[in-house]
Amino acid sequence: MSSETGKILTTDGIPLEVSLKKAERKNKIKAFLLVAPLLLFLLITYIFPIGDMLMRSVDDKMVTEMLPKTFKSMEKWDGKELPPEEVFESFYLDFQKLVEEKRDGKLSTQLNYTKNGFKSILKKLRRKAKNFEEGNYKEQIMAVHQRWADVEYWRAIQRRAPAYTSQKYLKGIDMYKNEEGNIVSVEEDRRIHRILWLRTLEIAFFVTLLCFLMAYPIAHLLATLPMKYSNLLMICVLLPFWTSLLVRTASWMILLQQQGVVNDFFVMIGLVADDSRPEMMFNKTGTYVAMTQILLPFMVLPLYSVMKTISPSLMRAGKSLGGTPFVAFWKVYFPLTIPGIGAGCLLVFILAIGYYITPALVGGASGTLISNQIAFHMKSTLDWSFASAMGLMLLAGVLAIYWVYNKLVGVDNIKLG
Amino acid sequence: MALPKYTETRYRVWHYFYITICTCVFFFLIAPLFVIFPLSFNAEEFLSFSEGMKNLDPDAFSLRWYKDMIYGTKNPWGLAAKNSFIIAIFATLGSVILGTVAALGLSSRHMPYKGLIMATLISPMIVPLIISGVAIFFFMAKAGLAATHTGIVLAHIILGTPFVVITVTATLSGFDHSVTRAASSLGSDPVNTFMKITLPLILPGVISGGLFAFVTSFDEVVVVLFLAGLENTTIPIQMWTGLREQLSPTILAVATCLIILSTLILVTAELLRRRSERLRGINR
Repeated sequence: MSSETGKILTTDGIPLEVSLKKAERKNKIKAFLLVAPLLLFLLITYIFPIGDMLMRSVDDKMVTEMLPKTFKSMEKWDGKELPPEEVFESFYLDFQKLVEEKRDGKLSTQLNYTKNGFKSILKKLRRKAKNFEEGNYKEQIMAVHQRWADVEYWRAIQRRAPAYTSQKYLKGIDMYKNEEGNIVSVEEDRRIHRILWLRTLEIAFFVTLLCFLMAYPIAHLLATLPMKYSNLLMICVLLPFWTSLLVRTASWMILLQQQGVVNDFFVMIGLVADDSRPEMMFNKTGTYVAMTQILLPFMVLPLYSVMKTISPSLMRAGKSLGGTPFVAFWKVYFPLTIPGIGAGCLLVFILAIGYYITPALVGGASGTLISNQIAFHMKSTLDWSFASAMGLMLLAGVLAIYWVYNKLVGVDNIKLG
Repeated sequence: MALPKYTETRYRVWHYFYITICTCVFFFLIAPLFVIFPLSFNAEEFLSFSEGMKNLDPDAFSLRWYKDMIYGTKNPWGLAAKNSFIIAIFATLGSVILGTVAALGLSSRHMPYKGLIMATLISPMIVPLIISGVAIFFFMAKAGLAATHTGIVLAHIILGTPFVVITVTATLSGFDHSVTRAASSLGSDPVNTFMKITLPLILPGVISGGLFAFVTSFDEVVVVLFLAGLENTTIPIQMWTGLREQLSPTILAVATCLIILSTLILVTAELLRRRSERLRGINR
């Protein structure tokens, strides 16, 4: 018997195995083609731009391109003493070209970032350079200002030679590369970013904790009440969930202001005197209260959907076996709700860590988060590469949490409403 | 939840404590929304209850802020509402079409790299909005779409599709694929099968995903803040500016309208969810 006859053939005479594989491949392509439009759309408009952020955050080509000759001649310079005449000459040529193209202002801004004091000496150089004679540029440039004779300033220029830099990331955690090339922290009173990162983590953590403590009892109540009551109460959870974020923030602004309802109430019950109403908005308190209320539904819904599946007979069984209601709850009910707790906590934490609108409106100066800093650099200082670097650091944190979430719960299990 | 008669006192106390806690939390959740209603009828220019309002004096209430919202001079709300609705409708259509088609592919068991692709498709929901905003802004600026309606619609499609993908894949998970095979074996082409068989069955999921996409677009402010020019102002942008700069009760009038709108959407979404669960045979 030959091996040919051992194979089952389809009516066309093709072996069944081959035919099935072909059909399988066809189905795969069909499924993929359905997903392709959205995937392609997201890749182009969303995923690649995030990659673009990465490029921007490390990009430092600007000075590299403005002073090409200088950096080429600096390659041979060891940086210990003042650079040789060749470097001065090429710097003069590069600089004259920039002045002609009216780009010297940009150079001075950029170099001033690296070392303070470049702005004035570049201005002076531009004025004097018109009357320079050919040859011996070293003497002539050094005569413009004493700082041009300081080797530190030439080292500062040399530090801008690489086209890529990790500077923005270091700045995001309040560190920088000092003149010896070591990575050190900035002075203690200027560590603003570390404070922001820690505050963001702190607020996200406590908001998650508060949400959990408040959501657990009401999710339990919703899951155990008879349908007709629980549906009504569910509206209390779902209505805020569907209401505009800005509307909810606005209502907290009204409630928490000094002449607001909450303060009125405190005065009425005699908790505080009328003339010493506490500031509850434009600080951390405002951020905590508003964010907790806004994110609470995201904790209640996953908890509820898990609690709904727990049979009440389990608690009865626990009690009939001699456990007090508390023991039965702690040993039977609580462990069963852990998947819901994990889902809710991670969801709220991820949302809280990237919150922007609410802290910006009710947080004031002491209640803002890292997102507000990113927006500030995007809109006010226009330091987009720094904003990108901070955004990507935040993204890395969120993706790490998302990864854990995926391992524990699975992204396919996210339930909405 | 009535307690049995034999309940010990300490459990009785505990039970009432638990009910009190729950009441407080529900109050905390819902009460802030109700502050807005009465204050939007304030006759005065303050955002707190006047003496007259506390005494329920009819003269302390008025519709002046609603009038200001609609007829106010150089008021931005008309343009903002128009823009918001146009953008939200197109963004919803785009999200629903792209999302539903992708969900059909994703729920096929032949789909390769399912986990990775799913993660990519729903990533705009996980990535903090501020980062999405920065990334989308870089793209739109390069493509010359910043400060255009098209740019904002595309941005909202990005943010809205994850919701459609999630709801429609969830609906399709309970879908009996033999009905589409039956249709094909009876000679129907795939498009016809989808329109006549699949779509009507998954419609509740599609619509509720669409509602999510609509609300996301209608309420979105972070990305729009980066993208919008003066011409493309939306309701959330106007509210944002208003809350930051001149806090006037007109905002409360707008907020009241938005709460009514969200109540309508909530009711629709709930009805759809129940219908879809009934259709899938989940009885609760």
